[in-house]
Formats: sequence, structure tokens, C-alpha cells
Amino acid sequence: MSAPLDRADARLRHDDSLSGALRAFTDRIKAGDLGMLPVAVGLVVISVVFTALNPIFLVPNNLVNLLFDCATVGIISLGIVCVLLVGEIDLSVGSISGFASAIVGVTWVGQGWPIWAAVLCALAMGAAVGWVYAQLYNRLGMPSFVATLSGLLALLGMQLYILGATGSINLPYESAWVKFGQVLVMPPWVSHGLGLLPGVVLLVMGQRRRARRAAANLSVPPLAGLVARAVVLTAALEGAIWYLNLGRGLPWMFGLFVALAVALNYALTRTQWGRSVLAVGGNREAARRAGINVRGIYTSAFVLCGTLSALGGTLAAARLASSSQQAGTGDVNLNAIAAAVIGGTSLFGGRGSAWSALLGIIVIQAISSGLTLLNLSSSLRYMITGGVLAIAVIVDSLARRSRISHGRG
Amino acid sequence: MEPILSLRGVSKTFGAVQALTDIELDINPGEVVALVGDNGAGKSTLVKVLAGVHRPTEGIIRFAGREVAMDSPAAAMKLGIATVYQDLALCENLDVAANLFLGNELSPYALDEETMEARSWTLLQELAARIPSVREPIASLSGGQRQTVAIARSLITNPKIIMLDEPTAALGVAQTAEVLNLIERVRDKGLGVIMISHNMEDVRAVADRIVVLRLGRNNGVFDRTTSHQDLVAAITGASDNAVTRRMEKKQ
Repeated sequence: MSAPLDRADARLRHDDSLSGALRAFTDRIKAGDLGMLPVAVGLVVISVVFTALNPIFLVPNNLVNLLFDCATVGIISLGIVCVLLVGEIDLSVGSISGFASAIVGVTWVGQGWPIWAAVLCALAMGAAVGWVYAQLYNRLGMPSFVATLSGLLALLGMQLYILGATGSINLPYESAWVKFGQVLVMPPWVSHGLGLLPGVVLLVMGQRRRARRAAANLSVPPLAGLVARAVVLTAALEGAIWYLNLGRGLPWMFGLFVALAVALNYALTRTQWGRSVLAVGGNREAARRAGINVRGIYTSAFVLCGTLSALGGTLAAARLASSSQQAGTGDVNLNAIAAAVIGGTSLFGGRGSAWSALLGIIVIQAISSGLTLLNLSSSLRYMITGGVLAIAVIVDSLARRSRISHGRG
Repeated sequence: MEPILSLRGVSKTFGAVQALTDIELDINPGEVVALVGDNGAGKSTLVKVLAGVHRPTEGIIRFAGREVAMDSPAAAMKLGIATVYQDLALCENLDVAANLFLGNELSPYALDEETMEARSWTLLQELAARIPSVREPIASLSGGQRQTVAIARSLITNPKIIMLDEPTAALGVAQTAEVLNLIERVRDKGLGVIMISHNMEDVRAVADRIVVLRLGRNNGVFDRTTSHQDLVAAITGASDNAVTRRMEKKQ
């Protein structure tokens, strides 16, 4: 059999061995292709610093609480990833989530609708708002920055309007929805079983990919590397789940968030839609000439963002067991955007992944939880979170500059 | 032989500007047609009409004998007209394979990366392209490599006609020769090739017919035996022009 198709060029270095993989990794970092590295470093630093300042930070139950908090804003952040990838932004995700939470309170508690109808209504509102932004952008050329900024105010107004004079509606504690948002955790056998899943999937998919590459006469990555990655991943997940199970356990709501992240990751990396999203974010004109429905891609990104923000808002209502005027205000917007950027999704479009929302929100919530444990005032907390966001954007900009000078776009 | 593409009386106006007037053009399969003309002669407008970017104000476009209305780039591509623009329009954040198959990905709901990668390698080898890896992002490639990727991309959909806008403008001597070879290989596969160029040497090297546009109108059809002077005269509209005066001065 002849040499694999992709090994015919003698000038190309092939990093097959373990040391080769390491070399390829350091080359990527030097060239500004940072990926998840800032997050990994950030998480370690945060854990060490906050544990040193207050040992409660790393107690299992604190981490379980942290995951409950992560899920609501994290789902909003998944939506942000979608709009950032096409090179746009939605500054009103906080208001969408707040309005969604108000809709749930008013229709479910106030009007006596079934909970599923209330949530569906909120999701439809989110989708409609995203659709309006997309039309403003596509038809009228309104920059998303301005469209969503005005949306932020308008939606906040609607939230205050439908909540009425009382300004706050309590949701029933004994309902399944609130329990889902506050206490429901997976039994240990479920969480441990789910913890095995990523490793198994990685192994099966990797093996299938190797077989298909061999069939297509392409070079086949070594099996050892695949097994090593699956083992490390499984060990890390099972360890984390074991530790969480020392406390209350793994929240179902966090499980939902991870499932959505997995689904979005699949859509972005393995479907034509995802490829189109990256293409539109990278070079809009090239995407249009390739026959991609650019307006449709913008619309799908904004609608997805609005829907996920609304879902995050309804879950936040469950988490707090109330729909109030404060829901979705304050730092929700910035936390959701910061999470995506810290996780490695570029503000300049065309670069990022669903995982960035997952990892980024853990960093953001870890900082927030650590600062709360230190009994710092909210003034200081805002300042520190703002500083962290600034650092994340600076890292993004510097990495982008380095990528350009290293010819990696 | 029936032309694969024929234009009859095609005009295009932008407001008060008459960019194209009564253009007649026939493209046969297995033929390279060069489209030449001075700046502002309407070459780019004509290409954009054929690519479905602009709709003609008047006139008829027939594709394979059937009258067609190309109202979007996607419609033109669906008919089998592929375009390689001068600014290439590649996504720098995506790798070579992803760019080749952009908009034509195999199995849209579970991308078939392996087949796409293998076909990318095969296609680039057929074109004798010097691309180090199809998994490299476009940003790391040189100008000639990008041009090759852009031409290769237009062939992915098995078009009937490919249009090349200034394919050799940014290339060195060896790469220009390679691209011209590539154009001949594409022609020998039975495709119609429309090539726009300012370089008379390249045009005479590969074109079977040379169509001259001047101020948005047909200004003569020549073959490759036509002398440089006659072509320049047709392009500028006068035998007394800046180019001939320069040549006389030299003599």
C-alpha cells in the first residue's frame, strides 16, 4: 500500500509520538492558539488562592452550590457563544433571562398555567426577541451592539411592567420545578455512570475515526494516545464526581447544562450548520460566496441565543424560587459574556467552542463564590469581576495578534 | 456544438451608469474564453452577473439551451457555474479541507471529515498543488497556495463552467505557469473556462478565444494568433493610444 495521502509531503513534520504531541502543543500556544489553557491555569490559581484564604471554598457542598449557580448563567453563556462565533454580540441576555423569569412567575403562579406551558411561553419569547434582533441586523443593518442595548432597556421595562406593583412573585417551594433548581441531585450510581460516558464515547468515536481514516488511506493516529486521553478524562471525572458525592452530589440542573453544551458542541463541530457559523464569523463575504445563507445563519445564532437566555432565566427563577425585579439585572449580562470569552471564544468571531461556556462559567462562579466566602462587599466583587473580564479580553486580543503574526489567522 | 452558456443582449445599469450594454457571449464546453478589457470596461460586472451576484437589467441568459434566471450566487452554483474571485474569499480561520468543502459539506448532520480530507488530498495532488497539509488554516498559506486552494474549491462541485478573475495577478513566474497548466487541465476535462486577465501573455498562452469588452460593450472577438497591438487597439478603442505611443518611442 502506498503512503497515506496526508504523508506524501516531505516538508511536513508529523507529531505522532507523545513527545511530538507535546511539541505540537507548545508550538500552538506560542503561536497564540491558546484554547483552554488560560481557563485551566485560572482555575488552579483561583482554587489555591481562595482555599488558602478560606478552607470552606473547597468543601464538597460549596462546590455543589457552585455548580447549581453555574448552570443558570452557563446556559445563557452557551447562547452568547453562538452570537460571538458569528462575530456579533447580544448585550441583552440578562434582560431576556429576567423577562423570562417574570413570565414564568406571572403565568405559572399568577395565572395558574401548568409549569411546562409557562416555560414554553418564556422560551418562545426568547426566540422571538432573538428573531427581532436578527431582522434588525439583516434587514436594516443595525449593529447588534446597539440593537441589543436598546433591547436590554425595553425588555427590562416589560419585566417590570408584567411583574406589576408588587415587583416580586414567590414560586412554590414544593413544586418539582423549584426542587430541580435548588435541591435535586443525581443518585451516586447515576452520576458515576454518567461520568464513565465521556471516556467511553471518546474511545468508541476515536476508534471509529481511526478505522475510517485507515479506510480513506489517511494516516491513523496512534491508539495509545486515544486510550491515554480516555483514561485521564474518566479518572478526572470520576474523581470529581466522587468528591461531589461526599457532599450533596451532582445537581441534575448542572447535568442539563452539560447536556446542552455537548449538544451545542456537536452542532458546531460536526454539522454543516456549525461549519457555516464559523465561516460567517471568519469571513462573511467568503461564506456568502460559498452559497451559505448568511442571513439564516445570523438568524439562527440570535434565536438560539435568545432561547438559551430565556431557558437560563426560567432556571434562575427556580434556583431563587422567585421572579423579581432584580432577576437578570446586575452582573448576569457581563458574567455570561465573560464566561464565553474567558473560556476561549473570541470576541472577533469565528473562533471558540461550546466548552468555553462550561469552563468559563466555572471560573466566573468560582471567583464569585470565593469572594462571597471572604465576606467582601458587592462593590469590591464587581471591581474584581470587572478586572478579570478585562484580563480575559486582553489575553484574547494578544493571542489574536500573535496568531496573525504566526500566520494562524 | 451547442454552447453551454450563452448571453443575448445582456445589459446592466447601476442608477445612471450603464455598466453593460447588449453583451453577447457564448461559452462552449472544453474551451477557454479570455475576457479582456480596460479598467471600467465591465468585466467585473459581467462576472458578477454570471455568478448570480447581480441580476441583469435586460437580456437573456441561456444555460445548456434553457433560459435561466440566476438570482443568487447559490443559484448560479447550482446550475454549475463556479467562480474564483480575485480576492479569493477564503475563511482564514478554517483549514484547507473545510474551505474546499465550504457550503458543500458531505453529510450535513454528521460531517464526513475523513472522506472530505481524503478527497481534498486527492484533488490537490491532481492539481499538483504544493499545499503542506489540508489541516492547516488558510492563514498560514502563501498567495500562490491560496490561489490554488481557491481554484480547487471551485472544482469540488463538478461545475460545467469555471470563471477565474485575474487568476495569475498575484503569482510568481513558476506559479503562474502552474496555474496556466491547471487551466488547461480543467479545459481538457470538458469544462468551459472564463478567464479574466490583464496579462496579454497569459491570455494568448491559454485562451481559445479572446473576447474584448470596451465601455460595457462587445468590442470584437479574437483568437490567440492576434497580435499584441491589435488586442491593445481593441481594448483601448484606438490604434493611437498610450501603449502604441510608448512602443514607438522605444523604437
